[in-house]
Amino acid sequence: MTVTNKPLTKNIEIGRAPFNFAQYQAAGGYQSVAKALTFKPRDLMKLVQDSGLGGRGGAGFNTGLKWSFIPEPDGGPRYLVVNADEMEPGTFKDRLLMEHDPHLLIEGMITASIALQATMAYIFLRGEYKEAEHALLQAIKQAYAAGMLGKNIQGSEFSLDMALHTSAGRYICGEETALINALEGKRANPRFKPPFPQVSGLWGRPTLVNNVETICNIPGIVTHGVEWFKGLGINGQFGTRISGVSGRVKNPGCWEMPVGTTFRTLFEDYAGGMQDGYQLKAFLPGGGSTDFLMPEHLDLPMIPGDVAKAGSRLGTSLIMVLDDKTCPVGCVHNLIKFFAHESCGWCTPCRDGLPWSEHMLLKLENGEGSLKDIEILKEMCGYMAPGNTFCALAPGAAEPLQSGLKYFMDEFVEHVNHGCK
Amino acid sequence: MSNLIASTAPKARQLTPEEIHDIEHEKTHYPYAQAVGLEALKIVQKYQGWVSDESLLAVADYLKLPPDELEGVATFFNMIFRRPVGKHVILLCDSVACWMLGCDNLKAHISSKLGIEYGQTTADNQFTLIPVPCLGDCDKAPAMMVGDKTYRNLTPAKIDAILADCTARG
Repeated sequence: MTVTNKPLTKNIEIGRAPFNFAQYQAAGGYQSVAKALTFKPRDLMKLVQDSGLGGRGGAGFNTGLKWSFIPEPDGGPRYLVVNADEMEPGTFKDRLLMEHDPHLLIEGMITASIALQATMAYIFLRGEYKEAEHALLQAIKQAYAAGMLGKNIQGSEFSLDMALHTSAGRYICGEETALINALEGKRANPRFKPPFPQVSGLWGRPTLVNNVETICNIPGIVTHGVEWFKGLGINGQFGTRISGVSGRVKNPGCWEMPVGTTFRTLFEDYAGGMQDGYQLKAFLPGGGSTDFLMPEHLDLPMIPGDVAKAGSRLGTSLIMVLDDKTCPVGCVHNLIKFFAHESCGWCTPCRDGLPWSEHMLLKLENGEGSLKDIEILKEMCGYMAPGNTFCALAPGAAEPLQSGLKYFMDEFVEHVNHGCK
Repeated sequence: MSNLIASTAPKARQLTPEEIHDIEHEKTHYPYAQAVGLEALKIVQKYQGWVSDESLLAVADYLKLPPDELEGVATFFNMIFRRPVGKHVILLCDSVACWMLGCDNLKAHISSKLGIEYGQTTADNQFTLIPVPCLGDCDKAPAMMVGDKTYRNLTPAKIDAILADCTARG
């Protein structure tokens, strides 16, 4: 049997119920658990590190390296928390994975927990994802019934419990330390770092927070090995990832593809290009908190370094296209309104800078803005830049604003006195 | 004066057996009662529609949490309703992909049909309209939720059918 080249979506068939435990296992599932139990935990972390797997939540940090900062066990509780609070505007990949193949996530969590020697694993799910909640609750129940969760998993010394936490809104919960506060039942303000969660996270104990898609990569890497994983990528990259397109394209959606695929392949071959009557004006490469890229950037491979050189971030690698009939000032206003609303209010540049920016953008939209407002908007991007804020929310929010001002300055100036046409 | 305040202040109500059952189940997932707070508020909301002062105090009493801390949590999370809502809560996504595909027009359509703005409830207590951040259905925009159900690729005609269905179900 040939090994799959689509480890994340091989079991997914839209329209039919997700595989139950037996079906998932029959399709080759849960092999990584037995294999992981034969490893020394540190060797397992090293394996994941060697695979080059980068976090799929947006930051892209090497997952195995992130794991390796966890201290040696001291007999107390240790936690794995899966960040399933997908709320980045334009991002809809974790929803697909959880609704259509929940056992892949659970297998990944068990295997990751073996590496981390975690005693308890939580899924932090956004409350609005009701279909995913249902699918995951069923799958967790089945995994317990099959002895894949609970005491002495598969007859080993390793025990693990798992629970689903459903949240109740707020984008800031996606920030890992804010998520930990929310899981503890507190207001979801981010925490100061250091200490990092690996050392002092949930209830002050060693904790790893990983994105859904990141963890869904673990079963394949452990089952089939690093060389197989490396072979899945193109343009010098390893593995696959889910990329997608929204906006006025012919075929919006998300698909699993080799890491290193170009934006053009995603946009033209998968999404079918623009709808008739619309032109591509610009695109946000990986969520609302990334800088705009222009049509001339389409040939870039979706690799964090290459995208950074072009002045943006790969983020979640789900692109949102801005068409020629949609106002870029209005688009930036919508994004900043979102971020202003979602600021947790902890630090000044974010709490005050975002609503002020939103107010100036609204004035521009209504034809009540001035050139001075545009100058202040530029200044705001500096106040909200990395290093000036407590967490990454405001710097992320500033990205579409600063790049919007860079690429669409003529349109911003036109909005002064005339407003949005 | 202090007597006057005390006599008018809301008091904890009794939690129902169903609420207690569900909260007890959530307690098995966490080592500390504080972590159950948000889940308990959601449970109360599931049965009561919203979280009244009396409900909030009941949860705080039951979990032995300071009521003001629980209130801080309740008001932080936008999906906890601290004011009464209608039977059907409409969560209309107003984030960027839905905005590009016309959610403002849909909002105007719902507002004119039901006579309510964002944050308001119809006089017959059937519908409340609330904007919601990106629902993660950007490839099927515009999207909204009514209660626990998500609706995608919305048009005014589809919304009419959804609202009519809600009204028919009562």
